Amino acid sequence: MNSALNSGMAPVATPWFFYSLAGLAVISGVLVITRRNAVHSALALIVTLLSVAGLYLMLYAPFVAGVQIIVYAGGIMVLFLFVIMLVNIDRSSKERRFNRIWPIGLTASCALLALFVSAILKGKTLLNDPITGKPMWPDPMGKLAESSNTQQIASMLYGEVNKVGQYRMGEYTFAFEIASLLLLVAILGAVIMTKKKI
Amino acid sequence: MVPITTFHYLVVAAALFVLGVIGVLTRRNVVIILMSIELILNAVTLNLVAFSRMWGNLHGQLFAIFIVVDAAAEAAVGLGILIAFFRNKETVNVDEIDLLKW
Repeated sequence: MNSALNSGMAPVATPWFFYSLAGLAVISGVLVITRRNAVHSALALIVTLLSVAGLYLMLYAPFVAGVQIIVYAGGIMVLFLFVIMLVNIDRSSKERRFNRIWPIGLTASCALLALFVSAILKGKTLLNDPITGKPMWPDPMGKLAESSNTQQIASMLYGEVNKVGQYRMGEYTFAFEIASLLLLVAILGAVIMTKKKI
Repeated sequence: MVPITTFHYLVVAAALFVLGVIGVLTRRNVVIILMSIELILNAVTLNLVAFSRMWGNLHGQLFAIFIVVDAAAEAAVGLGILIAFFRNKETVNVDEIDLLKW
């Protein structure tokens, strides 16, 4: 392991990965809200979801990343594409994209952005460790990630997934059951909404 | 190069959130408004996972998974409503959905 450290392997989680994934997410997010054709928006949204999944991997959340890809990019987006095919997009792709009060909406959103920026900048010290004054950012796997020992990284990530499963079936069992009930109600609601005659 | 910390993730999440809000407030197509809501939910989920990493525990990730469940339910019901509406009015534009307005 020491030899791997000394051989100058680049760490897995470099800032460049973060910046490219974040840029991809934001650029395709802009495409989602500006494209005229709804199918193009859906495809851009898939790119956003996949790059956010990459950001989850950088946060050592492999289970959330997998759920993101399977449920969002695999399930919800297929639903969206089906609905886009069912409704008539020819008409709406010829009309104007934005509603009449879009300047007000844009102004309100910019005000929200200003609020977020000031809140993040003012609260930046809250992200620091109160004792050391450095940003709180424990990196249990940082050394391993630098070691490029793939087997150890894999077992560490497997441990994370394992812990998530234990939480879900332990502390969060009730919430899990409520979530399944919510999904059942949503399925029933979707079927009842789309049926012509009940 | 500055090491990546919670701050960076918060900035990205704020950008995605504001993009989603712009989409909800300015677009006319209901399908794209629903996609913008997905963008907003993703921004919140990213925040939760980043804070989960910051505090070194997994509760944030559990919340993120429940938000994904919620997003699936919301998309199913929202698109169901959209199809029911399209069957009646033959349009997907929000500014033509004004039956309750007088």
